[in-house]
Amino acid sequence: MTDFFQNTLGMSYEFAWFTATIAGILLIALPLMLAVAMIIYVDRKVWAAIALRRGPNVVGPFGLLQSFADGLKVFLQETIIPSAANKGLFLIAPIVTFTVALLAWAVIPFGPEAVLADINIGLLYVLAISSLGVYGVVVSGWASNSKYPFFSAMRAAAQMISYEVSIGFILICVILYAGSSNLNTIIVAQIGHGFGLVNAFAFNLLLFPMWVMFLISSLAETARAPFDLTEAESELVAGYQTEYSSMSFALFWLGEYANVLLMAALNAILFFGGWLPPLNIDLIPWFDIPGFIWLFAKIFFFFFVFSWVKATVPRFRYDQLMRLGWKVFLPLSLAFVVLTSGWLMLTRYG
Amino acid sequence: MIQTLAFYLFAVLVTASATMVILSRNPVHSVLWLILSFFNAAGLMVLVGAEFIALLLVIVYVGAVAVLFLFVVMMLDIDFSELRAGFMKNFPIGVAIAVVLLTELVLGIGAYRAGALQLGAPTGDAVPIPGRGNIDSLGAVLYTDYLFLFEAAGIILLVAMVGAIVLTHREQKATRGHQNIGKQVRRNPDEATVMKQPEVGAGVEL
Repeated sequence: MTDFFQNTLGMSYEFAWFTATIAGILLIALPLMLAVAMIIYVDRKVWAAIALRRGPNVVGPFGLLQSFADGLKVFLQETIIPSAANKGLFLIAPIVTFTVALLAWAVIPFGPEAVLADINIGLLYVLAISSLGVYGVVVSGWASNSKYPFFSAMRAAAQMISYEVSIGFILICVILYAGSSNLNTIIVAQIGHGFGLVNAFAFNLLLFPMWVMFLISSLAETARAPFDLTEAESELVAGYQTEYSSMSFALFWLGEYANVLLMAALNAILFFGGWLPPLNIDLIPWFDIPGFIWLFAKIFFFFFVFSWVKATVPRFRYDQLMRLGWKVFLPLSLAFVVLTSGWLMLTRYG
Repeated sequence: MIQTLAFYLFAVLVTASATMVILSRNPVHSVLWLILSFFNAAGLMVLVGAEFIALLLVIVYVGAVAVLFLFVVMMLDIDFSELRAGFMKNFPIGVAIAVVLLTELVLGIGAYRAGALQLGAPTGDAVPIPGRGNIDSLGAVLYTDYLFLFEAAGIILLVAMVGAIVLTHREQKATRGHQNIGKQVRRNPDEATVMKQPEVGAGVEL
């Protein structure tokens, strides 16, 4: 895009780069917000369908405008700040959650060239940013000065640290196979990876278990059901969001769903070929279909899996959550790092 | 131009938030300022081209260590009047530390004004290789020249970890809180539930 602004519009390089970056940020952030609004609608429709209900169907055709009506309602509400709350941190916390949820999208590739920041350490960047997400929850829980948000903050801190460890090891396996932590290189490395036919790392005996663990860990990392202990409504009212109202509440929601979409995108990029078409045969000209359509289809599929799980699986107990993270996923992913590197030494580098 | 701006932005934020760490009265605020200064220090490292170290700083310190730190500090029940009561007792130690820091500061400024240290141009392995990322370069050095030191550091960390686990581990008797997950998962409705139609007035024997 810098080229376009520089050569077609005749700007100087610095100014063209600046304009291109701002345009890129807007091109990612605005559609993402729209996607979050629509995906909340999808989420509610999927739960409704599984529970044999109709779901939102009043506002707009098929209830499509429901999220926008909710957003407007929330926007017009009064912002209530509890008198005993730590005011500054109470207001900063939702902003942190929301900002961090948007930050990670900077390195997500939507096509061979369509990346805002095509950096060498893309995957590490995603890991670093997703580890920041916990601060919004912890700070809001503490600043609310109320017992349920505080319990929720404690749970969130322990939960996210536990699952980040195994996510780190899973990412190392993928990096080993792709030979790079640049997300575009990882995607290109998946061309014909499964039997020379399927463009996906998931069709590999060593990486398939990693993908299953990554899917479950990403549910835990985004605190979605069955790991939504931070906002378990039967125990903690609404968890860390209990004292929030109006726009600060909406920011939590937007941030949370942006994170869920990010995790779905990571599932698609790391294990299912990102913007590549699913199969490596050119029977129908699907390599000509723009990459972002494939990526969006895969994100949509994984999001459906997420809400499917949310509608069907009961919530974990806290000790079960910790056991799964530390006693099952951590040793397993560690063993697979050794297995994967051993196999690669034997076949590729040996 | 943009590097200079970014440098001054990060540097000012690091210094300011580091100052706020010791100035804020609430320890939770202190930890949060500390996190902000870690984050900006990572920004400075990106500016000097050490992007891998910068991200490690964010992942390890901001993402894990500081969260645990915050976790502990948040649960402290701090009585400020009691803190002030210990002021006179700890005053000499505080003065000693202040003197040490002041000496370091004076020495540092003096050394800075005496001119830069002549380190010479990097030669041999230390020459940066163009077109090679941080991770490649670090790996190439760590796993060849410094393999022994690297492994030794790993073993020390392992021993420390085992030590921490041994210190906190308590042998749990099977009387309380012990669950057999395999047994719980193996349960199925056929074994776990019994359907009975008891006579009126008659009890059920399980």
